[in-house]
Amino acid sequence: MKNEKHDPATEDRSDFGPLKGRSLEIGISLPRADAYGKVTGRERYAADYYGSDLVWAAVKRAGVPHARLKSIATETATALPGVLGVLTYADVSGSNRQGVVRKDQPVLVNDKVRHAGDAVALVLAETRETARKAMDLITVDLEVLTPVLDQEDALLDGAPLVNEDHADGNTLLKGEFRQGDPLAAAEACDVVVEAVFETPRVEHAYLETEVGWAQVSDSGNLVIVVSTQTPFRDRMEVAEALGLEANNIRIIAPYAGGAFGGKDGVTVQSLLGLAAMHARGRPVKMWWDREESIIAGTKRHASKMHYRVGAKSDGTLHFLDAGLSFDTGPYDHLGGVVMTLALEHGGSCYRIPNVGLRGRAVYTNNPIGGAFRGFGVAQVTGAMEQMMDLLASRLDMDPLALRLKNAVRRGDKNAAGVTLVHSTGLVECLERVSRHPMWTGRSLWKQSAGPFTRRGVGIAALMHGSGYGPLVPDVANAKVELTPEGTIRIYSGVVDMGQGNAATNLQIAGSILGQRAEQMELVQPDTDRTLPSGSASASRCTYTFGNALIPAAKSLKLRMLQRAADLVMARGPEEMALIPGRVRNMATGTDIPLARLAQFMDASERIATHRFRAPTAKDPVAVDEQIRLHGFPHTLYSYAAHVACVEVDELTGRVDVTRYLAVSDCGKIINPQIYEQQVQGGIAQGIGYALSEEIVVDQGIIKTPDLSTFIIPTAVDVPPMESHAVEIHEDTGPYGLKGVGEIATNGPLPAIANAVADACGVRVFTNPLTPERVLEALSRAHSHDGGSA
Amino acid sequence: MKISFVLNGEPVEIDTQPDRRVVDVLREELGLTGTKESCGSGDCGACTILVDGESRLSCLMLAAQLQAREIHTIEGFEQLGRLHPIQEAFVEIGAVQCGFCTPGMTLAAADLLNRIPTPTRDEIRAGLAGNLCRCTGYQKIVDAVESVAARGRHEAHSTEEDR
Repeated sequence: MKNEKHDPATEDRSDFGPLKGRSLEIGISLPRADAYGKVTGRERYAADYYGSDLVWAAVKRAGVPHARLKSIATETATALPGVLGVLTYADVSGSNRQGVVRKDQPVLVNDKVRHAGDAVALVLAETRETARKAMDLITVDLEVLTPVLDQEDALLDGAPLVNEDHADGNTLLKGEFRQGDPLAAAEACDVVVEAVFETPRVEHAYLETEVGWAQVSDSGNLVIVVSTQTPFRDRMEVAEALGLEANNIRIIAPYAGGAFGGKDGVTVQSLLGLAAMHARGRPVKMWWDREESIIAGTKRHASKMHYRVGAKSDGTLHFLDAGLSFDTGPYDHLGGVVMTLALEHGGSCYRIPNVGLRGRAVYTNNPIGGAFRGFGVAQVTGAMEQMMDLLASRLDMDPLALRLKNAVRRGDKNAAGVTLVHSTGLVECLERVSRHPMWTGRSLWKQSAGPFTRRGVGIAALMHGSGYGPLVPDVANAKVELTPEGTIRIYSGVVDMGQGNAATNLQIAGSILGQRAEQMELVQPDTDRTLPSGSASASRCTYTFGNALIPAAKSLKLRMLQRAADLVMARGPEEMALIPGRVRNMATGTDIPLARLAQFMDASERIATHRFRAPTAKDPVAVDEQIRLHGFPHTLYSYAAHVACVEVDELTGRVDVTRYLAVSDCGKIINPQIYEQQVQGGIAQGIGYALSEEIVVDQGIIKTPDLSTFIIPTAVDVPPMESHAVEIHEDTGPYGLKGVGEIATNGPLPAIANAVADACGVRVFTNPLTPERVLEALSRAHSHDGGSA
Repeated sequence: MKISFVLNGEPVEIDTQPDRRVVDVLREELGLTGTKESCGSGDCGACTILVDGESRLSCLMLAAQLQAREIHTIEGFEQLGRLHPIQEAFVEIGAVQCGFCTPGMTLAAADLLNRIPTPTRDEIRAGLAGNLCRCTGYQKIVDAVESVAARGRHEAHSTEEDR
């Protein structure tokens, strides 16, 4: 068959369906620019790339959590008809190591297996079925080693080492933050509460599992189309791991079918690149099935958190001490960064003068811990917000009043020692909740519970930092073009994995340039066409890229108006105005179509770019340089207050969330519909985290490798949600905006846990709150009520 | 094996292995990649298609089962170049985020509205409970389906407004 090579670039989307004819104004709920392509099935995701003469690549995985690799026998598999090759570490020319911070994850195992999902061999075959058959024919000779399965055991003397070359043994990273004098402060408190919390390992469960397509071009360049959050970083990682030059690699990132942090870093990329290098110019596809996705992909870190919080009798927080431990699995991935963000948010959104925080990320042979929406903050907020309720109960205070009393305001130092110099709307969120019927009417609602049902209402206050922290540059480079056809083309540098930033980019540039949707085009991230703008993560996408896009669009606008003014001999650009498809000379009423204007501009003039770097915290916080490098602290925070209403079935322990309220301070809103999507979707994921989701691991093996055992919420599990925004203008934000991508995910676990405790009179300290755990707590409470004394 | 069926209103005949999964036939042999695969085991609904008007999971169907059936995929859901009211509502109301569940969700909603033309919100939730979405929290999906039902437009798509 002829080896046809197509340009795999994503189609520049210019047909936005129902958006046609609409003015792209800031602050209105426009339909998303990407919705039309998606709802018609036309949008091409990475999963939808095939091409003629396709080769399928598949991975043989270790299946055991810890073992020394002795040999791999590939001859039988290679001999199978339809198999094009079986590759091992010996075929990797580069470092064979991947990672965002510490590069410790092999593309293909060369010395040791460190978790059951490790990739051992790579099969290239004519069909997926043949690839699967071939995998069964590969014999891997392993010397099984004692696995490290528990994060506390991992730190015992004599524990087996997961990564022998790591100076700190099984401690990937540890950090400490102190403020004031926590030891003395503990003594000076009127009340101190203490608790230990455990949160589960959780799977992202994006609908589009890890997938990509790759081909080596005639000129020898490697092109990879992949579902990723980080195309520009991927390029560097693949280059180093495979021993290629980065500028010989092109990464194209179409709209991703969900990511939530699980595609922040390399998944299929290096494997696909390696396969393409051995496919003799044919295109190669790799698509992990659901089980492989769960086994090999990263997880939200399982955590153990020991908290002590103290207050004066009037409820003033005086002291916090917390020890945080995160099971990061065998590779750094983003584990050190996740732990560091948890450390920064350990005291959440409160003024606490005396703080001692210790955190560690621990290597084990469990599944890889990595980025997941909420990024460590979901865990610590879950703990701290339950501590606030425990404290309120001991002080006999209203839990909302206790939070209001200690809530950070602009100008305060927060519990991480950061002076809050940007918009800080937590008090407004809490006050809005305090007036809401869900809160004011809660006693009556609880009293009217039906038979065998208990009702409870819980609250949680939230904060979430955005961006990369003080040292790693949080930068975006926007690019906008007036095309020869007279359209405005936006080159998005940040991936849209579903959060809607591409549509927001269209809205921003369209508004500045006075154009309607049909005059606009969107280009998705592509290392050959768009400019490096960082990851789609960290609640930064629209904040950072938007701040680059606004000046780029304004600069193009000025250039267009100036050239138009010169053409018609107007006095200057102030006499000219951009209207849809045209520039108008306001003095004479004559119009120049944009396509005509474009003819009078050189290609270099028709493109405007702008770089923006996000602001950083200037406080000299007391953490070591490693922790600063891992992102401690931030300067810009979003805030929210959440309320959950629950019903607990006394007979089964089942918890139903019946209503949910979120009031958020994420700055001003560019598109209320997209904003609500982020809040509602975050809440739904948080509900799953609170009630049903848990990756169960036994002896290093995942026991919940599919969506019938790892239970995410369905349409009947998510209650009616109400979302309000306090819309405080953030001076540094594009149109006053702050990040909204993650914060909502952090609320449901503590809000629901507090509601369940409110309903039951006892608290379950281990999530998820499964019926078994709740029923056990209820029976414990009941036996106490009954009183054998 | 030769298999004849009606695909998005057009009769087709394909020659394929009878035990190929329908999702693979659609995506790989017919190029209809609007039908998505997400779990491959009937848990998520992403690969939903309409078989004789009823929603079915194409990852659990084999090619031979297509014989003499009328199949609709998302690609055939627009009519005369116009969005189906369910698609229109999904776009307008914001029921689409990453969009990977959207084709299946849209077709499941069509099946639901065929069976229950004016469902309650609870009936909509129950009717779509076999289709997982990880982005939206479902609320705007329910809003979208409810709005279509309220306008009673789901059946009158091509007649009412062309009159």
